[in-house]
Amino acid sequence: MHDMSTHAVPHGAPTSFIRKHVFSIDHKVIGKQYYALALVAALVGMFLSWLMRIHLGWGSFAIPGLHLLSKNGAPGDVMTPEYYLQLMTMHGTIMVFFVLTTAPFAAFGNFFLPIQTGAEDMPFPHFNMMSFWVTFTAFLPIVASFFVSDGPTLGGWTQYAPLSAIGSAGGPGEGWGVILWATSICLFCIGQLLGSLNFITTTLDMRCKGMSLMRLPLTAWAWFITSVMGLTAFAVLMPACILLILDHVAGTSFFVASNLVINDQMLPHSGGSTLLWQHLFWFFGHPEVYIAIVPGLGIVSHILITNMRRPMLSHRVLIYSMGALAALSYMVYGHHMFVSGMNPVSSLAFSFPTLVITIPSTIVVLIWLGSLYGSKLRINSASLFSLGFVSMFISGGVSGFFLAQPSIDIMLHATYFVVGHFHLVMGVAAMFGIFAGTYFWFPKMTGRMMNETLGKVHFVMSFIGAYCIFMPFHYLGIAGNVRRYQAFTDDYLIPLIPVHKFITIAALFTGLAQLIFLYNLIHSRFWGKMAPNDNPWEGTSLEWSTATPPPHNNFGDKMPVVYHDPYQYSVEGASADYVMQTSTEQLKNTDEEK
Amino acid sequence: MATTVHEPPKIARRLPSEGSGNGGWRNLAPASGDLRRVKDSSPPPASTGIWVGLAAITMSFAAFTSAMIVRQGTAPLVHITLPPILYLNTLLIIASSITLELSRKQIAAFMGGMRDKDHSAVPSRWLYVTLFLGLLFVAGQTLAWIQLKSQGIGLATNISYSFFYVLTVAHALHVFGGLGGLIRVIGKVHNSVLRRSTLDATSRYWHFMGALWVYLLLLLWMKL
Repeated sequence: MHDMSTHAVPHGAPTSFIRKHVFSIDHKVIGKQYYALALVAALVGMFLSWLMRIHLGWGSFAIPGLHLLSKNGAPGDVMTPEYYLQLMTMHGTIMVFFVLTTAPFAAFGNFFLPIQTGAEDMPFPHFNMMSFWVTFTAFLPIVASFFVSDGPTLGGWTQYAPLSAIGSAGGPGEGWGVILWATSICLFCIGQLLGSLNFITTTLDMRCKGMSLMRLPLTAWAWFITSVMGLTAFAVLMPACILLILDHVAGTSFFVASNLVINDQMLPHSGGSTLLWQHLFWFFGHPEVYIAIVPGLGIVSHILITNMRRPMLSHRVLIYSMGALAALSYMVYGHHMFVSGMNPVSSLAFSFPTLVITIPSTIVVLIWLGSLYGSKLRINSASLFSLGFVSMFISGGVSGFFLAQPSIDIMLHATYFVVGHFHLVMGVAAMFGIFAGTYFWFPKMTGRMMNETLGKVHFVMSFIGAYCIFMPFHYLGIAGNVRRYQAFTDDYLIPLIPVHKFITIAALFTGLAQLIFLYNLIHSRFWGKMAPNDNPWEGTSLEWSTATPPPHNNFGDKMPVVYHDPYQYSVEGASADYVMQTSTEQLKNTDEEK
Repeated sequence: MATTVHEPPKIARRLPSEGSGNGGWRNLAPASGDLRRVKDSSPPPASTGIWVGLAAITMSFAAFTSAMIVRQGTAPLVHITLPPILYLNTLLIIASSITLELSRKQIAAFMGGMRDKDHSAVPSRWLYVTLFLGLLFVAGQTLAWIQLKSQGIGLATNISYSFFYVLTVAHALHVFGGLGGLIRVIGKVHNSVLRRSTLDATSRYWHFMGALWVYLLLLLWMKL
């Protein structure tokens, strides 16, 4: 009952190893390359967080071999305060850019967007290849910065000026470390701009016959919206990084104020604006939060629908809500600057849209919960992680209500409350989206199934562990525990040390769960059970219409033709529980998009 | 440069039979094989792609502009005199846009079957003129930087010159992209494989570079 009528253009598959697996222009290979990069980056980022957590729990504990990573930063295997900040900066940078942006957007989007739209590839495949290799190249300066003389930068992933712009006078890593950081981010921006170009044009111009915009799955919509955000946000961050580099290497004064004295030395800069960096950075930085999370909204919705065997309460409202989140994300960036000394009227102006942005977020959540209510959800690793995503998104989102109000944010801004908030809503939620997508699409990507038992163990440990780590962060914040401190010596902080020890144990426990995932991923890739058929989850969208794994041009010698909305499940009178988009079966009892 | 052209209709459109990208702007009704209400073809990706690229460039220069405005709020920008050659360069890049349009018109006529007088030449003369004017523009910008350098004025002399150098160099780098596009179009004209979408995308980019330069010149003139 499937129609794959239109003939495709002959699309020669590469034969050499280099063109097939390294410098490939096949979007599926590029998607896997992005996934591998994100996986390596996530392991590095997680390792750094372990080091930090051990230090926070037991400050004098010597971590065997740490001096090998940095002789000056960890004499006697105990990290210095500066080295703690350097590791924290690298953890944030690696996780935000190379994991949370790379995996849900670039990795899954590259692999599945062309297939879900019915295209044989992205329209500019060479740009696509460049996108990955530029992103990969961007990772190298970050890694290299660990090995330059005074180590990586310590300014945090936000790199606030003037600290980030004054060179080595600012401390270890503020010279070459910052230059390497800014170079890396510039390259990363170029890679993401090339990727966004392909994502947008694929969605608008490469859809197969019958695939109207409203017939695109929610994942495709999420990647499309994310690519629009990426296009506008990374195009602003790159100029900011260029100006930062110039302040270092050319002696300009974009971000460094006049008469700034550091270590009894007056710096030769004049008239720079320290707030300028914050404006440019956060105009990128807040959309970046949604660049990390919106793909997850799409992935989780897609997976939940497949496992509920019924569509969401409203396909259109979900799409409009994701679009509203994207649009509003540009209007709220000032809420990161409530404590910068800005005019209180400006704070109010940024506070209002920040509160408004909770409306589309709440609508998305209510649609999820309303759709889940009364459904007979199929329980598997993918659906469990999707539920986990919903839980984290709600928990992390609720604390956003507090932080959206300047009067409360001023008290909480520099505390662990904020760290708990963004880790739950942006970090863990996005990671759960990545895990859900991995368990769900693994059979299509590799032709094999992941081990479900290990997947469920992974979920339970990660779910409990994540809450044990990040809920206490909120308590610490309310108790006044300032973030970025590497030791707690003040009277009011000493009683909180047991909480930190508990969090460290939870972090190690949660990390252990990720090693189970890593084992499952690698073992299943080579020795996992073969996928029973091309559509093991009985899905309806186009990725399940093609072979497993998909051929080089995605659909073989026939291109798909789409007749149905993406989520035709449990339609009364239909011949089966689900009707695929390519099915020519006529449905009477359904209200399809026209 | 005269080259024999064998087949005039060498500007190709994406056809429905070409596989993906052949039209999803409207739905297909879920009937048994009845493909009603389907659009013939989607726009070529290059048409959309160039607008996407221009949007990104616009955002980058908007960031530079806002940086200038915010920076001005901290400490007043120092007044500087712009090198006079910039005004000549402005005329050059505007002229190049005009010659590019003449070239497009000529190519369109050629594709429609109206040949040149000699009935054999590829209509690339105005493309070469456009390329030449573009190179002259970049050379003129370089001359302006050399003039300033000879006066001892560099990137870090003061904040106004910092912005001057950043904006003009960033624009020139983007112009290089346009020059590359023009060379590509000229090559494709001679090899009989030029797509209309490629020519349109290149010309949109080039005109945008001209408009961007006029904007930057006004910005520099008003703010510095």
